[in-house]
Amino acid sequence: MSSLRLSRSIYDAMRAHGEQTYPHECCGALLGRFVPAEAACNEFGGWIVEANVRAGNTRTDSAHNRYQIAPIELVKIEREARSRGLDIAGFYHSHPDHPAQWSPTDFEEAHWLGCCYVITAVANGKATVTNSFFLAGLREEEKRFEQQTIELTGPGTELPGG
Amino acid sequence: MTIFIPTPLRPYAAGQASVEVKAATIADALASLTGSHPELRKHLYTEEGKLRAFVNLYLNDEDIRYLPAKEATSVSATDTLSIIPSIAGGC
Ligand SMILES: [Zn+2]
Repeated sequence: MSSLRLSRSIYDAMRAHGEQTYPHECCGALLGRFVPAEAACNEFGGWIVEANVRAGNTRTDSAHNRYQIAPIELVKIEREARSRGLDIAGFYHSHPDHPAQWSPTDFEEAHWLGCCYVITAVANGKATVTNSFFLAGLREEEKRFEQQTIELTGPGTELPGG
Repeated sequence: MTIFIPTPLRPYAAGQASVEVKAATIADALASLTGSHPELRKHLYTEEGKLRAFVNLYLNDEDIRYLPAKEATSVSATDTLSIIPSIAGGC
């Protein structure tokens, strides 16, 4: 299993974002660096996330079960990433009163191959489980989600129980 | 002009985050990009040669779908073209 590494503060920030937008879905981007297998000390390599960026959910028509980040916001997020010497490593969103598993809609709408899609379940306004799925495959027609371990770097690396 | 390549497409652009091309229009720029990196073509276009529905193209901060001349819009050396796959989902 590949892994996604991030700090406790980014992990907490994503989860807090989901609690704040409840009962609507939150969404945002993760910026980081891709580390090749050798440096990551596993056979997969993986992303080390160094920053998260909140985005607005443009699906105001159905915000309780849909999210979308405006492409112009992504253009700006990418610019921000470049200025920090980082890449877009992935995205996060919340599932209000729904498990932290990818849905058929998430899969259909996922096009950032090689990036991570982090989902936090928010039950009754409280963040519960957070999972990360790596969008594997070399082309759109072969894509698949693979669950990853989330490794918290820095102090306080214990994941809350789920 | 500079074309910014999103993370998922970099393996098909020799690992580069951006590619410099000399072009008069957006269409020229895309032709030049896929000419030097042919592998990108199938990731950007359908078999019928249409831009894939989930691929957004931004000339600086403008969605090219909403530019009056669309891909025929002329560009200058300081312009940037961003290729941005869409981000959406739900539960
Ligand atoms: Zn979802």
